[in-house]
Amino acid sequence: MDHVIAALSGVFLAAAIYLLLSRALIRMLLGLVLLGNAVNLLILVAGRLGRIVPPIALEGAKAPLAGAANPLPQALILTAIVIGFAMFAFLLVLAYRAYQSLEADDTDRMRVTEPRGGPKPPMSY
Amino acid sequence: MSGAMQDFATHPTDWLVILPVVLALLGGAVLLMLREAREAQFWLALSIVAVIFVSDIALALRVSETGPVAMTMGRWLPPFGISFVADLTSAVFALAAAGVTLLLLVYLRMDMPDRARRDGVYPLILLLLAGVSGSFLTGDLFNLYVWFEVMLISSFGLMVLGGRNIQLDGTVKYGFLNFLATSFFLAALGLLYGTLGTLNMADIVGRAGAANPAVLASIAALLLLAFGMKAAAFPVNAWLPASYHAPPPAISALMAGLLTKVGVYALLRALVMLLPASREVLEPVLALVAISTLILGPLGAIAETNLRRALGFLVIGGIGATIAGAALGNAAGLAGSATYVLHAMLTITALYLVAGLLEAMTGETDTRRMGGIYAAASLPSLLFFVLMLAVAGVPPFLGFWPKLLLVQGGIEGWGFGRDGWGLALWLAVLGNALLTLIAVSRLWAHIFWRAGHEAATTEAPNPDLKPLSPQVRWLGLGSAGVLTLVVLLLGLWPEPLLGFGKEAAAGLLRPANYVVATGLEGAAP
Repeated sequence: MDHVIAALSGVFLAAAIYLLLSRALIRMLLGLVLLGNAVNLLILVAGRLGRIVPPIALEGAKAPLAGAANPLPQALILTAIVIGFAMFAFLLVLAYRAYQSLEADDTDRMRVTEPRGGPKPPMSY
Repeated sequence: MSGAMQDFATHPTDWLVILPVVLALLGGAVLLMLREAREAQFWLALSIVAVIFVSDIALALRVSETGPVAMTMGRWLPPFGISFVADLTSAVFALAAAGVTLLLLVYLRMDMPDRARRDGVYPLILLLLAGVSGSFLTGDLFNLYVWFEVMLISSFGLMVLGGRNIQLDGTVKYGFLNFLATSFFLAALGLLYGTLGTLNMADIVGRAGAANPAVLASIAALLLLAFGMKAAAFPVNAWLPASYHAPPPAISALMAGLLTKVGVYALLRALVMLLPASREVLEPVLALVAISTLILGPLGAIAETNLRRALGFLVIGGIGATIAGAALGNAAGLAGSATYVLHAMLTITALYLVAGLLEAMTGETDTRRMGGIYAAASLPSLLFFVLMLAVAGVPPFLGFWPKLLLVQGGIEGWGFGRDGWGLALWLAVLGNALLTLIAVSRLWAHIFWRAGHEAATTEAPNPDLKPLSPQVRWLGLGSAGVLTLVVLLLGLWPEPLLGFGKEAAAGLLRPANYVVATGLEGAAP
């Protein structure tokens, strides 16, 4: 099972990088989402996958049952999902607003901060 | 498992460790509710940041007396509970961040559009401060990721506040690339957790020695990429000059002063303290990154005609200096890094503040159309002069001391015969100082000495200069002046700075006290 999820994470990562290399903002956004999912799967695999034993210590026992699932990666992923979702929502609105105001969703045509053919270096002194 | 819980309550004075973060978060929430009370918002924000500043002072004093202070949430000992740990490095950086923010709030009052106030500039600044302080003070890597994101989302808000086209464009680039960097950081955390089974910094110190060095080195490389991107080190620095000049001057001052430095701090913490063996493996990479950043930063500044973009390139050059210390890895080099971060926080922020005043006077952002300020306004000229010498590292100004330590570290590293990187880094630091001096003296010549525009043929005073209004004079010049005075005094009286550098380097190289403070026994050697 580990190998399957690890491979899936790799596929997600490759797709994410392919999308991020695009110049269209919307594809880059989808790339970021996929990258987030690739990373989440990676955390899940790294933190041991497997049995369906809940991580609960029985009454009187000091440790959970043998082979219990590891709850920590799930907590980490949950946090990462929430944060990633907020970031994605912000960036989506930002991209839409930039599309409206700059009339471009192509990063090659978003050149307000760094105009194409900008001024030459000052030559005096 | 009996040793997993701390069996005594955290001493009340140890709560000091989380106080700066708690206050900033609560303050941000309260200010958000007071959106309508515009005047009260300012005073409330100012007093909250002042209290944070005082608690940071108390924390720094406490830490310098007793060594690192830690607090673990819910009394679960690491690795189960999340720790906050303040050693001298974290405490002093947090103190500098709060001090800079305090002055910035005053500066921001000088010409704040009503719209920005309504849209919540004060809550965002407090949340940014919470993120920055949290990053400095946390003792857990996943928690560090969370603070990074807090910092990131509030800086997005600050950068786009106002919604001019240039800001939208800058924020798109800043946002996408920084979010990408934190995703890489998260991936590195997943792998680190899989390898070591812990993300608590003190615990990692103890366990890193037993793990497979090759695996750790590749995780460290991923961390280097993530933190290097955050810190704007070459070759992943392109987002900084594309975005930092977009928002109003006060906001870019806040970002340039604080955000990249958090990336450097995380880099020092992760590579030097947590994974020292991997740092040695990555030494050539670190050295190459440091050297190219050191040289290319000021070269960009020389070629630039936009004032704040030029300053952005100087920020990048400074990042090279801090990474040079990490590449050297000896006590002098790390002391140079730590003091450089402190110097950059103060000096760069002050430079941006003065740049904001210059833009207000000339109504221009382009150095080719500025000019004649030396004849028209002596006080801003004086401030800029002090700051430009400080950023270039001319003795006896503040920037000289960190560079001196770095040069010393370079000579020591070279002396130990480590592949000649020490020599190369040493030369790069000196080259950076020279190029930075050229860049800032050109700014000085163009903005201050030249009588008017680039095309001006007469020596007549620049007719386009607007006099500063009394409010700008008091608030803007006052806050920039106080910060410059701090820079000047720390440069003239460097004893505390050098003492801090020595302590910080010792803390990073020998984290035994840090580990003991979190309550873990069997500290690493």
